[in-house]
Amino acid sequence: MIPLLKRDLALAVRAGGGFGLGLAFFLIVVTLVPFAVGPQSELLGRIAPGILWLGALLACLLSLDRILALDWEDGSLDLLATAPLPMEGIVSVKALAHWLTTGLPLVIAAPVFGVLLNLAAPGFFWLTLSLLLGTPALSVIGTFGAALTVGLKRGGLLLSLLVLPLYVPTLIFGAEVARRGAEGMGVETPLMMLAGISLAVIALLPFASAAVLRVNLR
Amino acid sequence: MIPELGKYAGAVLSAYGVSFVLLALIVGASVWRARNIRAQLKDIEDRLKAQRSQ
Amino acid sequence: MTSIWEYANPKKFIDTSDRVIPALWVLSLGTLAIGLIWGFFFTPDDYRQGSTVKIFYLHVPAALMAINAWFMMLVASLIWIIRRHHVSALAARAAAPVGMVMTLIALLTGAIWGQPMWGTWWAWDPRLTSFLILFLFYLGYIALWAAIENDDTAADLTSVLCLVGSVFAVLSRYAVNFWNQGLHQGASMSLDAEENVADVFWWPALVAMAGFVLLFLLLVLIRTQTEIRARRMRALLARERMQ
Repeated sequence: MIPLLKRDLALAVRAGGGFGLGLAFFLIVVTLVPFAVGPQSELLGRIAPGILWLGALLACLLSLDRILALDWEDGSLDLLATAPLPMEGIVSVKALAHWLTTGLPLVIAAPVFGVLLNLAAPGFFWLTLSLLLGTPALSVIGTFGAALTVGLKRGGLLLSLLVLPLYVPTLIFGAEVARRGAEGMGVETPLMMLAGISLAVIALLPFASAAVLRVNLR
Repeated sequence: MIPELGKYAGAVLSAYGVSFVLLALIVGASVWRARNIRAQLKDIEDRLKAQRSQ
Repeated sequence: MTSIWEYANPKKFIDTSDRVIPALWVLSLGTLAIGLIWGFFFTPDDYRQGSTVKIFYLHVPAALMAINAWFMMLVASLIWIIRRHHVSALAARAAAPVGMVMTLIALLTGAIWGQPMWGTWWAWDPRLTSFLILFLFYLGYIALWAAIENDDTAADLTSVLCLVGSVFAVLSRYAVNFWNQGLHQGASMSLDAEENVADVFWWPALVAMAGFVLLFLLLVLIRTQTEIRARRMRALLARERMQ
C-alpha cells in the first residue's frame, strides 16, 4: 500500500499532475465572491465560513475525475486489480492520496483565505478544524463517485451530479461548525456529527467503491 | 357546482393544474414509449422469423 | 403454491402484467378521480388555511409516493444484487422517473401552497429541503442509468448508487433538520398536517393516496415491460449484426 501511495503522490506532484490546481481554484472563488456580493466587510465576515467551505468543496470536486481516470486510461488500474492488494485497499489509498494532494493544502490555505473574507477571529481555529475533519470524507465520497463513472467517456459532469448530493451532510455539519465557531457559539454537536460522518464514510464507503470498481473492470 | 375557493382560488387551481400536467406527461411518455418499443420489437421479430423461414 | 420468483422470468412477467394492466388502468384512474373529486368539490374549507387545504389531496399522496418509489427502487436494487433477476433491476429503472415526477409534484404543490400561507414560494424548511435533495438523488440515478451502455454494468452500478444514496438521503434528512433548527425557531405552520386534520379532510386524502399508489404500480408495470422489450430488442439486433 505504501508504494502505491508514494507512486500516486509522485504522479500528482510531478509537472502536469494537477497539484495546486485545486488550491488556485479555491483562491479564485474566494476572490470572486466580493465581486459578486459587494465589498462590505461586515457582510463578507458573516458569509465567510459558508463561502470557504463551499469553495473547498468545489475545489475538491474539481480534481475527483483524476483519482482513477488516468490509471484507467493507461491500464494500470487493471494491473492494480490483479495485484495481491484488495480492491478496498486500492480505493482507500487512492482517496488518501487525493486528500493529501488536494484536501490537506485546502485545509492549510483556508485560514489564509479567511483573512481575505474578513472571517471573525475565533472562526479561524474552528474553520481549520472542521475542514481537517470534513475534507477526508469529501475525498472518500469523491472516490466512490470516480469509481462509478470511471468507464464513461464524458463522466466529468455526471460525476458532479452524483457526488454533490452525497456531500450535503458533510457540508451542512462542516459549515455549521465553522459558522458557530466564528460567532462564538457552542460547536460540540455539529463537530461530533462531522467527525462521526467522516469516520463512518472512511470505514464503510471503500467497500462500495471497490464493488463498483470491480464491476467497471469486469 | 364549482366550489367557492375564495381568495386562494389561483393557488388551488394552479396546484391542480400543475399536478395534472405533470401526471399526464409521465403517463403519456410511458404509454407512448411502450407502444413505440412494442411495435419496433414486433417488426424485428417478424423480420427475423421471415429470414428463418426462407 | 407458486413462488413470487416466477415473475423474475421476463416472459412470465410480461404475460401476467399484460393481464393486470387493463384492470389497473380502470382502478387507478377511478380511485384517483373519486379521491380528487371528493376532495375538491365536497369538502369544506379549513378555518385557518381556507381553500388551500384542497392542495393536500395532491401534495400528501405525491410526497408519499416520492419516498415510497425510492424505497421500492432500493428493494428492487437489493433483489438484483442478491438474486440477479433482470426484471428487478429493470423495475428499479422504470420506477425512477415516476418517483422523480412525484417529487416534483410534491415540491411544486408545496411551493404553491406556501406562497399564500408563508408569504413565500420557497422557504428552507427542513421538509422542503429534504425533498429537493431527494429530487437531486433521482436526477443522478436516472443520469447514471442513461450514461452506461452495457445493461448489466448499468444495473450493478445504479444498484450500488441506490444503496449508498439511500443511506446518504437519510443522513441528509437528519442533517437538514439540525441545520434549519440551528437557524430558525420551529416553523409556525407546518406542511405536515396529518396529526391534526379532521376526518373530513382525511378520508378523501386516503382515497387519493390509494389512487396514487395504484397509478404508480400501473406506470411501473408498463415501464418495466417496455424496458424488458427494449433490452430484448437490443439483444436481437446485436445477434443479427454478429451473423
